[in-house]
Amino acid sequence: MIPIDYYLWLSAVLFTIGVLGVLYRRNAIIVFMCIELMLNAVNLVMVAFSNYMNDAAGQVFVFFIMAVAAAEVAVGLAILIMMYRITKTTDINILNRLKW
Amino acid sequence: MTLNLFYFLSFVAIFASLLVVFSKSPVHSVLYLIVAFFAIGGHYLLLNAEFLFIVHIIVYAGAIMVLFLYVIMLLNLNEESEPHKSNLLKFAAAIAGGLLLLILVASLKGVDQLPAATMQHDVGYVKKLGHVLFTEYLLPFEITSVLLLAAMVGAVMLGKPEKYNKG
Repeated sequence: MIPIDYYLWLSAVLFTIGVLGVLYRRNAIIVFMCIELMLNAVNLVMVAFSNYMNDAAGQVFVFFIMAVAAAEVAVGLAILIMMYRITKTTDINILNRLKW
Repeated sequence: MTLNLFYFLSFVAIFASLLVVFSKSPVHSVLYLIVAFFAIGGHYLLLNAEFLFIVHIIVYAGAIMVLFLYVIMLLNLNEESEPHKSNLLKFAAAIAGGLLLLILVASLKGVDQLPAATMQHDVGYVKKLGHVLFTEYLLPFEITSVLLLAAMVGAVMLGKPEKYNKG
């Protein structure tokens, strides 16, 4: 059977790829996708621990995380479309005018 | 056999995630992200979490990815319109990501002393999970439905053209 630490390593690598994508890309849609990737890395480690501890609470939390992720993507993409309508680009560097 | 399957799914997930970050066209990124999500769903199956596997496929591959593809189609994004960071910033991003991985690896160093999981539990089945969800976590479940309603109203309001939002 698969040891629990294999899942921890895998989640760490997936989470790091997500963080790398957020830092590396300038397209706001890709940044969103990388955030989804990070959420999935966390979900994976929660399911692994839920199975390891024989406790269903972890999987219920994953269920809630999925619901929140769906809500987040819906609102985020709506904001993105509104931003595109005004600026005609999805470049996140345009958003630095929000600083002032 | 199970371990080989684990290695295969992990390889697919990591490779597809890397391609999400490094592929040129946003449409390709979305398609690779679907592959990565299916690989992670396979991990859920390996962990006996059948309910979560189904929900994961429906929510991520079915709903969220369609939303992403639809937005990319609507905005008509392609390789030419893709903004790029300068090489210095890309290098800094790679260094920062590598440092994060280093910290995570360092913090997980002693973890291999844990005993191997048995992985034969029935916690992932719909019956047991539903019982926990509707007794212990009933209030968060109801609040989640309010959250989804609020998100729906917010998305509709934000998505409307500007002229309809006056008055």
